[in-house]
Amino acid sequence: MLRFGMDRNHTVASFTIPGRQWLDADGQCSGEPPEFARQPAEMLAMYRMMVQTRLFDTKAVNLQRTGKLGTYPSCLGHEAVHVGVGAALRAEDVVFPVYREIGTKFWRGIAMQDILLYWGGDERGTRYADSPQDFPFCIPIGSQMPQAAGTALAFSLRNQPRCALAYVGDGGTSQGAFYEAINFAGVQRLPLVTVIVNNQWAISAPVSTQTAAATLAQKAVAAGIPGLQIDGNDVVGVRHTVAEAAARARAGEGPTVIEALTYRLSDHTTSDDASRYRSADEVEQARAVEPLLRTRRYLEARGWWNEDAEQQLRAECSATIEEAVKQYLATPRQSSDAMFDHLYANMPRNLQWQRDLARRYAAHR
Amino acid sequence: MTKLTMVEAINLAQAWELAHDPDVLVMGEDVGVNGGVFRATAGLQQRFGAQRVLDTPLAEGLIAGAAIGLATQGFKPVAEIQFMGFLYPALDQIASHMARLRSRTRGRLSCPVVLRMPHGGGIHAPEHHSESLESLLCHHAGLRVLCPSSPQRAYGLLLAAIREPDPVMFLEPVRLYRLGRQEVEDNGQALPLDRCFVLRRGEDATLVTWGAMVTETMKAAEQLAAENIDCEVIDAASLAPLDFETMLDSVARTGRVIIVHEAMRNCGVGAEIAATVAEHALYDLRAPVQRVTGYDTIMPLYRLEQDYIPGVQRIVDAVRTTLIE
Repeated sequence: MLRFGMDRNHTVASFTIPGRQWLDADGQCSGEPPEFARQPAEMLAMYRMMVQTRLFDTKAVNLQRTGKLGTYPSCLGHEAVHVGVGAALRAEDVVFPVYREIGTKFWRGIAMQDILLYWGGDERGTRYADSPQDFPFCIPIGSQMPQAAGTALAFSLRNQPRCALAYVGDGGTSQGAFYEAINFAGVQRLPLVTVIVNNQWAISAPVSTQTAAATLAQKAVAAGIPGLQIDGNDVVGVRHTVAEAAARARAGEGPTVIEALTYRLSDHTTSDDASRYRSADEVEQARAVEPLLRTRRYLEARGWWNEDAEQQLRAECSATIEEAVKQYLATPRQSSDAMFDHLYANMPRNLQWQRDLARRYAAHR
Repeated sequence: MTKLTMVEAINLAQAWELAHDPDVLVMGEDVGVNGGVFRATAGLQQRFGAQRVLDTPLAEGLIAGAAIGLATQGFKPVAEIQFMGFLYPALDQIASHMARLRSRTRGRLSCPVVLRMPHGGGIHAPEHHSESLESLLCHHAGLRVLCPSSPQRAYGLLLAAIREPDPVMFLEPVRLYRLGRQEVEDNGQALPLDRCFVLRRGEDATLVTWGAMVTETMKAAEQLAAENIDCEVIDAASLAPLDFETMLDSVARTGRVIIVHEAMRNCGVGAEIAATVAEHALYDLRAPVQRVTGYDTIMPLYRLEQDYIPGVQRIVDAVRTTLIE
């Protein structure tokens, strides 16, 4: 709408950023828990996936340390966000991850050996047989965001009740692509749910080096869309908030930005040493409010969980993980043809002789 | 049959695909209500609606990135980058994602996207409106790069680009947009997108060029013909992949090759052609390969642009150099 001139000395716009938490660090729920959190099956499914994610993550780090996996970005401490998001979405929604969100991927049926293959240097780890429209990991920070907006536009143009869910980190919100995407989503009222996983560290850069804004959620305000902050270690809150945003998105009510506050308990990747830039004290404080502990407390307080169940679950998860590792390690590497075969639907002639050349020298390895 | 300018032919090809393929979308800055700053999308939104011809925010990275997200859901976006000088913000999306999505997902996801962009100078445009950046794009595996040089070829190649299952960068020479008219039959017939076009047959020297430089190169060939120097002129048209077979066949006959392009010399596409000729046809050559290119400078503002863009005389002189026995 065009406007000409303005009244002086008025507040022309103002905003607030709501903050929400359901499960606190002790596993206490403030107020009435959402419907799903009153059902043991729902809560146990999420808790199991959180444990599986953590055990897988530990295993992956160990595989890297013993030379059986490439550089790997641990998700230690992010399990509530990743599993909560997974549980909030439908199969037909599409996820645009960054590179840590294995809890979401596992929830969506992506195989553990796919994750291992990818970080083990094999593109076949992005084949995602059970989640065929989800995007692979996105390493150039923030660049997944415009793509998620494009997929949300596709749903909108086709009147499909689906949403695109884009993850982005606290560092990612400094990228222009982040703003461009949420801005476009606002203009077109796109079914785009953006989850900012604010784990407070972008490698060695704390959030204070990224922005002077009090919250990352308020960046949504500049795009004209709702933004809110939640406790990212609270799986109930994550699922509930994302499910609400996703439902509004699918109903044509537009995009949402959700900032989930959590903490990266691990190094940035296996190539990083976080002790160079942050104190052990800080990490200990963060560990006290980590997500698995409080979820377990919530379950135990209701009599849905105990130590025996925990031990049994861990044994089951470990067995599943070992099996995936076995399959990963037994997967023969691709032939050199793979570099060429998937580059174009119709291979240009000049690539054909290069493929043959690579084949000839590959045989001499 | 109608005689059309190149920009009208580009408009017509988009209209054909919009009319025949419900998955085709046109998007970009000012492409809708305004019909594009060069009118390449004029009337398309009125005819096909705002759901199929979308005005986007002013953000090239968003345009390219959103096109990826649309393409992976089955749409075939034809997106306009308003000038090639504004390509840079989109390069991250093009290079890091569009070009490699098929490969990195082992064929699971792909990007049938066309990015159209005006290419080159010569129309007295402001700074950043006259660049020739094809080398940037050709240096990314997974892309195809096309540059038509006539209304007919613009029509046929754009249809091919839209129908191609992989990303195609479609470079439109601004000098040719309205330079002349040509009969273009609106029959939906695509041209092959990995072939050169031999514009003139000749036995004495092979001139390889593309885009707007086709004009100067053809003039040079005509001037030389008056002196009984008979040049073959090849419009490379597809800059990635290059159709080396056609070029090498010609060089085998003529023994001389002169490559003409507007883009700067250093790491230009001409270097790739020259190197390939050296690898495969050195013993066919009767004279060293010549390159007639833009200088290794920044594209100047328009008072100097005719000093930058290779002229007919430079091309003629380069051909003569190869004829000195």
